[in-house]
Amino acid sequence: MAAAIFLIFAFLAVVCGLNVVLRRHPVSSALWLIGVMVSLAVLYALLGAHFLAAAQVIVYAGAIMVLFVIVIMLVNAGAEQRSTASRMAQHAGLPLLAALLGALGYVMWRAAPAGKVAGAAAVGKGTAQDIGRALFTTYLLPFELASILVLIAVVGAVVLAYKEMD
Amino acid sequence: MDGVPLTWFLMLSAVLFGLGVAGFVFRRNIITVFMSIELMLNAVNLSFIAFACRLGQVDGQIFAFFVMVVAAAEAAVGLAIILTVFRNRATLQIDELDSLKN
Repeated sequence: MAAAIFLIFAFLAVVCGLNVVLRRHPVSSALWLIGVMVSLAVLYALLGAHFLAAAQVIVYAGAIMVLFVIVIMLVNAGAEQRSTASRMAQHAGLPLLAALLGALGYVMWRAAPAGKVAGAAAVGKGTAQDIGRALFTTYLLPFELASILVLIAVVGAVVLAYKEMD
Repeated sequence: MDGVPLTWFLMLSAVLFGLGVAGFVFRRNIITVFMSIELMLNAVNLSFIAFACRLGQVDGQIFAFFVMVVAAAEAAVGLAIILTVFRNRATLQIDELDSLKN
């Protein structure tokens, strides 16, 4: 059962990811990226990370992608123009990408500990209670620093995007 | 019977990361390049959570949570920069944004 769910949503994630990379129009890419994020949220839930599955949908598929779509609308981005500026990316890109994938796959195949995840192994770790307890005890300092980081990011974004009225 | 091998999750993570790298290298629109970065961050998050599940600890999920926080902050600042660049240069093609070159 868990394997079937994994295969379905892994396939969906890869198809959506391919479309993110291959679509010429930024809005299409953004919509396919939402597909990737929702598929990954299902996989997180399969792994027992229920809080992160919810956060993935709310923060990524919700907030961040809305931001992307709004910016695409603001700058009125059309389909991407083809360019021949990067000769090196055209010729060496695909072999290098295959090499990267091969190296990643080899390392993960060799170094990953055996064993199964998801299904029965994934019960009761990663509810909001578990995450909250870890976040407000062991990881309290990083959590507070993260809040400052987000505050700085908000102020920075406003400063950058603010346009003076003439 | 029940359960999925950890390597399957890691392979999926590697494939998604590779797709993100491909988009980052091949695409010429600055917004799509930015979306490829988000794709790579998501692939890494999947690895973190798969390992957290395998080890039965919550720490990996906390790391994934912080990656999400940083990604949100990065998206806000990055998109503001894209807006400013577009306002000043009136282009989104990264080939034309080469004033730091040479």
